[in-house]
Amino acid sequence: MLSGLILIPLLGALAAWFIPSERGRPWVLPVVGIVHLAMTVEVLLVPPAPSPGRWLQLDPLGTLVLLSVSLLFLACAVYAVGYLNYRQERANRPLCAMLLVCLAAMTLVAISHHLGLLWVAMETTTLAMAPLIYFNRNARSIEATWKYLLICSVGIALALLGLLFLAYSTVVARMEPTLLLDPLVANASLLSPAWVKAAFVFLLVGFGTKMGLAPLHTWKPDAYGEAPGLVGALLSGGLVTCAFLGLMRVYQICTAAGGDGFYQDALVTLGLVSMATAAVFMARQADFKRMLAYSSVEHVGLLAVALGLGKGALVGALLHLVNNGLTKGVLFLTAGNIHRSYNSKRCEHVKGAMRRLPWSGGLFMAGFIAITGSPPFGPFVSEFSILSSAFVQGNSLVGGLALLLLAAIFIGMAGTVLPVVMGEPTRVEHTDYRDRFLTVAPPLALMAAVLLLGIWLPEPLRRIVAEGAQLLGGGR
Amino acid sequence: MTDAVIHILLTLLMPPLLLGIIGKTKALFAGRVGAPILQPYYDLAKLLRKGSVFSDTTTWVFQAGPVVTLAATLTASFLIPLGEHRAPLSFSGDMVLFAYLFGLARFCTTAAALDTGSSFEGMGAAREATFACLAEPALFFSLAVLARLSGSLSLTPMLTGTVATSWLNSGASILLLGGSLFIVLLVENCRVPFDDPTTHLELTMIHEVMVLDHSGPLFGVILYGAAVKLFVLGALFTDIALPYATGITLVDWGLFIVAMLMLAIGIGVVESVMARLRIVKVPQMLAAACILAAFSLLLVLR
Amino acid sequence: MNTVADQLIVLVMLINFAALGTGRLAVAIRAVALQGVILGILPVLIHSFSWHLVAITVGLILAKGILIPSLLTGAITKARITREMEPFIGYVPTLLIGAVLTALAFAFAAKLPLAPAHQGLLFVPAAIATLLTGFLLLVTRRKAISQVIGYLVLENGIFLFGLLLTEAMPVMVEAGALLDLIVGIFVMGIIINQISREFSSIDTSRLTALKE
Repeated sequence: MLSGLILIPLLGALAAWFIPSERGRPWVLPVVGIVHLAMTVEVLLVPPAPSPGRWLQLDPLGTLVLLSVSLLFLACAVYAVGYLNYRQERANRPLCAMLLVCLAAMTLVAISHHLGLLWVAMETTTLAMAPLIYFNRNARSIEATWKYLLICSVGIALALLGLLFLAYSTVVARMEPTLLLDPLVANASLLSPAWVKAAFVFLLVGFGTKMGLAPLHTWKPDAYGEAPGLVGALLSGGLVTCAFLGLMRVYQICTAAGGDGFYQDALVTLGLVSMATAAVFMARQADFKRMLAYSSVEHVGLLAVALGLGKGALVGALLHLVNNGLTKGVLFLTAGNIHRSYNSKRCEHVKGAMRRLPWSGGLFMAGFIAITGSPPFGPFVSEFSILSSAFVQGNSLVGGLALLLLAAIFIGMAGTVLPVVMGEPTRVEHTDYRDRFLTVAPPLALMAAVLLLGIWLPEPLRRIVAEGAQLLGGGR
Repeated sequence: MTDAVIHILLTLLMPPLLLGIIGKTKALFAGRVGAPILQPYYDLAKLLRKGSVFSDTTTWVFQAGPVVTLAATLTASFLIPLGEHRAPLSFSGDMVLFAYLFGLARFCTTAAALDTGSSFEGMGAAREATFACLAEPALFFSLAVLARLSGSLSLTPMLTGTVATSWLNSGASILLLGGSLFIVLLVENCRVPFDDPTTHLELTMIHEVMVLDHSGPLFGVILYGAAVKLFVLGALFTDIALPYATGITLVDWGLFIVAMLMLAIGIGVVESVMARLRIVKVPQMLAAACILAAFSLLLVLR
Repeated sequence: MNTVADQLIVLVMLINFAALGTGRLAVAIRAVALQGVILGILPVLIHSFSWHLVAITVGLILAKGILIPSLLTGAITKARITREMEPFIGYVPTLLIGAVLTALAFAFAAKLPLAPAHQGLLFVPAAIATLLTGFLLLVTRRKAISQVIGYLVLENGIFLFGLLLTEAMPVMVEAGALLDLIVGIFVMGIIINQISREFSSIDTSRLTALKE
């Protein structure tokens, strides 16, 4: 069952590669997406047995990531059909195949309980995303791809060194050398503390690069800005989620190994730095897709802060992981629509999207309101629980700083989004893009999900989040 | 006692021979017959018989320069053990004195060059000072490595006895050290590929440009001092590179002389097969020498 | 055996300096290839013999010593470049920074305890020093191909550490890592081609359209 989750997208990728018709090929995406989501829901309801050797195993954290990736992918897949209809001048074979490979790799990240396997899957997503960012095949997209590939490869290489350190800590402790999660967590107190600490540093830098924690975020605005909207959605909703899962696995081991708060402090510091960086660069940002990239930097920062705070904030962190992924989906997909319609993503050209594209403009606006943490949407609930936990723990410095930065980001983001959506339309060239069902329904559905999460948390999800927080050593 | 006498005699008499051998090696490589091996001795004798000419603008500094340089170099030669024999003078910390005697020699040479008031010689002095700044750390790092390996701050214990065992225990660092010292040896003695001792008119030369105004016996003193410097630094290098000793005094002296002659041939070969580096490359090579020595120190400190 | 391994590791670190100090791409590529070959020889020296180790050795030498260098050499002949002009920081300063980083690597490694079997070996400081050297190459060089060389040096550093674990860890991780390395170079190679087609040069300092 678990291997099926990976095999289906891979088979889909093969099929997409061999289907000759440019118009027919994109339909593979939603088909695989639906099957994948259906299987995900099934493993959610009936937890499958772990694979022999326990390399593949579904725990609550993995389930959560799997669910949010699968939902987001389905939305992107449906959107892709509509999007590629507008981009018939480009061959879509690499895009379709690589999207599916990426889904397989992200699934593998979610279900693997062997850190080496997790790393391989993560590296696969890095490589599979590169052709997607290069979809537009112009000078700017190649620049973005080069930066993305170089920085992320270095990051992922550092993560490998971190993993090797972790493995070596078992050798030093004269244990059976392993990178399987369960024995590592169970015997964490026996591991050599110096090596675990060194491993954590490298893994934090490695996965942090992949997530886009400042100051390792520099590839993000370029890649998000130049990639098509749906790729941006998958990068910020899927890849970030997977990288955060990697970080959570490391966190599980490191906190089990004990320590003097070094791990927590490092996470909180890096998180706050990311939020501050985002706040600075988001103000007066002239390109709304790059602005979304900085918003992503902000939210990974918040996630890191929440993980560092631990205890009650963990529930908020897990919820926020899902909320952030889905909301980013809405934002990037609608931003893609606006970009297509105006043929520009500069704010001086794009004004008054609400009149030109009522659906996309409205959803973009709603996504903005949601991502900045306004009620009644999901991110409000998760951000509130993170911040309140900070204050409950007596860590009012961190809580206050985060709150301040969130407010600054709200103002900065509003300065960009409001003119784009509400401003007076200027005379710009007309393109043949109009809102269609296929390009509007996916963000609409995601938005509905975000709204739903804000007002009512389904019982299975609540259970998964609570169990996940417990795995991370918190939840009280 | 005999050792000390042999030490002093060798130091005084052998240096020009090294120059002669280097010259002969280069000549053979170039397919020439070349000057006799003893030519440097004839040159020195000729210069000593000549009279001196002093420019009106120069002062006593100009005349003192070569003399002090030679004196400093000769003093340094008493501190260095030749082969496996103890140096005539040896005390804790003499490695610092050793290094700074060369510093003093260099200072006097550059001061004498500046004393002429010629911009050409001033340029040479500036270059000499610059490169010395880069060569000195390499020398000190090397000495620190040896001090660490032998556990002593004196040159005699540093260079006799323990080097052979160090080759076995930490061969890599000694190898790096040797490479670094060889570069320092070539730079300090103004050999190709860093400087060309046979030219006098090139704008890129370093050392020779400083001594252009010296003539007669004083120039002879300078040439002799340069040869002694080559001998002393060469001895430092061979002590490390060939630490082999039989224990029989006379045989060991023979071994040392053979080692020095081999070194001279080696320098001749290097000069024959390499072109002189562009002057901007010289600091790069010196930085590389520093890094080699520092790296070697890192390895032994670990 | 261990002293031989140590001397080879010293050689690996010297190659780092050579890669930092040279301006000629062909030399840098050969240096990295040599480094890869040394990495291939090392596991045989520190672990007891097994066919698995032989396979790793052969694989490493083939991949790092022959395949990747020939790909890179092909790329530079195609792009008609021979040397890295004007790095962001000069060669002597990068060499000095490299030396400082190496010293820091030793200081950092001194804090990490080794397993009894690996006592006194230079693997950890050398791995970190090589990693940092690769990083330095990456950030100071302009040409895309030099950056790839920097990435390779960085990978070599990681592998150097990984060699301590060749017996302890399953084959899968090694294979995955090697595969990823090759694929990484492969993808990077394609992109370098695209860059040279798009900009008629592989100077990444021209990639400056995207900035704040």
